[in-house]
Amino acid sequence: MASVDLERIRAILPTLLRITRVERQSWQKVADKLAELDGILALRADHGGAVPHLYRPGDDLSDLVLEPRYPMALTLNLLLAHYPESRLGVVVRGCDERALVEMVKRNQVNLERVFLIGVACSKEQATSCRCATPYPPQVMAGEAVEGVEDDRLETYESMSVEQRREFWTRQFAKCLKCYGCRNICPECFCRVCALEHGLWVELGQLAPPFPSFHLIRAMHMVARCVGCRQCELSCPAGIPLTALYSLLNRDAEELFGYRAGRNVNEKPPLVLPLEEKR
Amino acid sequence: MMGYSNTLTICPYCGTGCGLYLQVLDGRAVGVLPAKQHPISEGMLCIKGWNCISFVYHPDRLSQPLIRRAGQLEAASWDEALDRVVGKLNEVLQESGPDAIGFLCSAKCTSEENYLLQKLARSVIGTPHIDHCARL
Repeated sequence: MASVDLERIRAILPTLLRITRVERQSWQKVADKLAELDGILALRADHGGAVPHLYRPGDDLSDLVLEPRYPMALTLNLLLAHYPESRLGVVVRGCDERALVEMVKRNQVNLERVFLIGVACSKEQATSCRCATPYPPQVMAGEAVEGVEDDRLETYESMSVEQRREFWTRQFAKCLKCYGCRNICPECFCRVCALEHGLWVELGQLAPPFPSFHLIRAMHMVARCVGCRQCELSCPAGIPLTALYSLLNRDAEELFGYRAGRNVNEKPPLVLPLEEKR
Repeated sequence: MMGYSNTLTICPYCGTGCGLYLQVLDGRAVGVLPAKQHPISEGMLCIKGWNCISFVYHPDRLSQPLIRRAGQLEAASWDEALDRVVGKLNEVLQESGPDAIGFLCSAKCTSEENYLLQKLARSVIGTPHIDHCARL
């Protein structure tokens, strides 16, 4: 029989207690607000994981959880498109809110009728996500913890140009062309996608010919990717996509002072009219 | 009245058995979300899983059995279709024996369904000829 590791239980106990306390806070917020709204989109514990669920007034909230993380923006957008008159709330973490902010700027979602309940991620979640900003601007449940640097960026940048080309060629050669990175991305919303067009990406070829498929997507992520990491987490080939987009976005920040998802009133550099100067 | 739910299920396309959620809006399947907690797929899907709802409401989807009569496919009841299958299998069995009959199982079926198929082949018909759609 396996022995009970008391030391380990002692070590993780504060974390467990904290999550429970934070979840209680969020249940209270959701319960208070739910009476005024048509529904609140939040994570519900399901089969050992969590998935977005639409809680309606009067629903039992005991299965509402905050982790494990599941992205909310796409599901919220689906609900808003289908029920445009509804008044909805949504429990958002930092990456969810940043995703919605960038969607607003591109007229993909209207948040005027949406009530945001901001929750901060735990240290463990932030670390596993390598998230620089693991909290939304207004935290209603939980306590904001410091961000974590993505240590891969330094490694990739320390490579020579030849090494980088070799590294990314090898990565992209693993691509199954499942389109999962695009499907799960809250910022990929074009009805006609360049990645499905034979002019840009030769159809029926596996792996997609280097480098058009991945670099088209990478260019579309400039000043747009909010670092939610859903693309690389969904990638069956394990391509470090978010790291690639982070490197591009670091350039965008240096050149244009723009950081995706930071402020709903900041205009993305690539949608500024030509006559407007920064 | 708003109706939104996620139904956890298994991708119907191959034997890997990736986990996914069907997004159901007002009683209609409208999208797919990968199931991150699934022990096989861990939140990843291939292009077939991502698109596995595309056949659900497709106009070409067969919703009832068809029997070919004089070169034309005609709608039939399940009883009629199954009677036809049993009749033809018996006919071949009588004329040519069990070795003239083969069965093809499928990755799109459950293990239990495939088990039943081989049982039907070996115990009921008495043929060793069983193969899999992946080798067609």
